[in-house]
Amino acid sequence: MDKQITDGRPFDAALARQTFEYLLRLGDNALILSLRLSQLCGKGPAMEEDMALTNVALDLLGQTRLWYSYAGELEGAGRDEDALAFRRDAHEFRNCLLLEQPNGNYADTMVRQFYFDTWHYFLIEGLTRSSDARIAAIAEKSLKEVSYHLRRSGDLIVRLGDGTDFSHARTQAAAEALWMYSGEMFAYDALDQAMVAAAIAPDGAELRSHWLAHVDAIFKEATLTMPPADAWMQSGGKQGRHSEHLGYVLAEMQFLQRAYPGATW
Amino acid sequence: MNATSATSASTASFDAAQVWQWLGAVADPEIPVISIVDLGIVRDVQVSAGGSCTVVITPTYSGCPAMQVIADAITDALRGHGVQQIELRNQLSPAWTTDWMSASGKAALRGYGIAPPAQQVVDISGLQRGAAPAGSASRAHAAISRSAPAPQVVCPHCGSSHTALTSQFGSTPCKALYKCLDCHEPFDYFKCH
Repeated sequence: MDKQITDGRPFDAALARQTFEYLLRLGDNALILSLRLSQLCGKGPAMEEDMALTNVALDLLGQTRLWYSYAGELEGAGRDEDALAFRRDAHEFRNCLLLEQPNGNYADTMVRQFYFDTWHYFLIEGLTRSSDARIAAIAEKSLKEVSYHLRRSGDLIVRLGDGTDFSHARTQAAAEALWMYSGEMFAYDALDQAMVAAAIAPDGAELRSHWLAHVDAIFKEATLTMPPADAWMQSGGKQGRHSEHLGYVLAEMQFLQRAYPGATW
Repeated sequence: MNATSATSASTASFDAAQVWQWLGAVADPEIPVISIVDLGIVRDVQVSAGGSCTVVITPTYSGCPAMQVIADAITDALRGHGVQQIELRNQLSPAWTTDWMSASGKAALRGYGIAPPAQQVVDISGLQRGAAPAGSASRAHAAISRSAPAPQVVCPHCGSSHTALTSQFGSTPCKALYKCLDCHEPFDYFKCH
């Protein structure tokens, strides 16, 4: 790989460092949700759901590898995708807090998925126009997968919300409990703003308006009440301040490489 | 490739068309009745005058676990035909689409009991690149709409189009599960992608 991150633009070390950090956010979001979904392998509430959860997890894991591989190349410190996944501690992970939340009941799992999928779709769609050609190519590759994920989780929200009284109550409760984790996806810090300024990433306010409109439309169809858009929101995951849940997720995934560093098979 | 490769031959004894033909005999590891060429995974083949061969491949899905097996199978096949210097390149863009699947590949799928993709994938590539159009919300809704018409999937066993979706995902990311409402057989459907 030559050290040229945009078409015809000379290598800019500061921008490369920021892009590296941004790629970690993209990769960490995909990896942590992939791990959460993988925990349900063989435990899905129905065979079809079990297959869907693990297939979505597989798509997200593939996307993780693409983001991490590019991140490792940009960093230029010899870290590959495995080093980034297995040899970073919780405070070095940059995923949003939403994605490390426990699987809970199936309404919790699907509301978390729906909140993420909606954001992910509009984000990835925006990234297909990134000034960074490699990011645009990865986004183009991911977009069809991400669209399919969102169509599915939207369907499930409607079926659960507009289902029985029991499923409705659980889905409404999950929608409210997870709502405070949704704001972080749109809360742009200096790094996100630098990505927008370099035309690498799409604008946060625009993403948020798309997200709210889609969640509102699906919730209406699902007979669910959308919590207030101006509610207080959690933050910190993107800066490495996580809930206690992340440590357990990482402990499970990283055990082998921590116990036997560099082990291969 | 190692340094002991035989490079003494000044001209290659094969050309790109020959390599395409060889690759046409390399089966997809998940669906062995279809070749990697019929599936549209092989995007380009270049043969240099010195006889080194470059093969460009693209993954079907980002997380396709078969890519390493496919890469090994390509290397093995070309080695078997005497190609010494092989370079494999992974290309993401343009993203793989089931539109690249050949007619013979689709027929082979059907014969194997898998319904092939039912329609051409809508070309949204022109909208994805370049400046975002003003009404981007409506454009977005086309791809994620719940009211999009369902594809007309034909049962590979009895030919009936009276079929229903059972599960949006099947045994691999590229497939969904359907059932035939006439002959009552379940079957895999290779999703439009």
